[in-house]
Amino acid sequence: MSIGLEDYLILSVILFSIGLYGALAKRNAVVILMSIEIMLNAVNIAMVAFSRYIVPLLLTGQVFAIFIMVVAAAEAAVGLAIVFAIYRSRETIDATEINLMKW
Amino acid sequence: MGLEIAFWILAIVGIVAALAVVLLRDVFRAALCLILCFLAVAGIFVTLSADFLAAVQVLIYVGAISILIILGIMLTREVQRGSTTNKFRIPAFIVAVLFLGAVIFAVTSTQWPVVGIPPQEPTTSALGIRLFGDGGFILPVEIAPILLLAAILGAIVIVREK
Repeated sequence: MSIGLEDYLILSVILFSIGLYGALAKRNAVVILMSIEIMLNAVNIAMVAFSRYIVPLLLTGQVFAIFIMVVAAAEAAVGLAIVFAIYRSRETIDATEINLMKW
Repeated sequence: MGLEIAFWILAIVGIVAALAVVLLRDVFRAALCLILCFLAVAGIFVTLSADFLAAVQVLIYVGAISILIILGIMLTREVQRGSTTNKFRIPAFIVAVLFLGAVIFAVTSTQWPVVGIPPQEPTTSALGIRLFGDGGFILPVEIAPILLLAAILGAIVIVREK
């Protein structure tokens, strides 16, 4: 039984769905950021799998994966800075209690 | 044969670790499981013969982002309250399962134009030529450090004491 492109894509979709559930259902803002990191990793797996099986000599998917990592690092830094700022002013990072901009 | 066994072990480890991240009530243990998930994804990159990306994954995710997340857990005293869910737990679960089913249906019913060429190894020099060579990605490569600089400055400005 040989593994192919579809196995990697299904693994990627399963990881993305787990991250989607965590990002939608969790209260703690740091856990929401962790779920977003899982989703970005799942997208990276799909990118590298497409690169390996459809354009093996061009490596375009791997280049895209490098840029996704750059954006993920920037997102983690800014996201955690926002979490610290909210924690300092409101003493909580419960995403359901941060309703300052709620209409 | 070894590649298949490695893929299945890494896939199961990665999925179980990701499930532990969203299901465990202890935030710190969830962060440790997240590191395990990142390592499993690095192994998946090795099975896809993306050696440079596997090394970068270990350096950036396992080395840097997990440290940032653990620092975030330690600087905010939410650890005692645990990782609880909000009132949208059931709708979020339904949305995630519907998304999973829809995309798995789309993936399995599409005819992918798979090429039978063996992959390029090692990829580091080829990636460098793609990033910096003619007709490559030199403009995104120059935009990326500007984005990182803006992110660092933004993070410093946001967390600075007034």
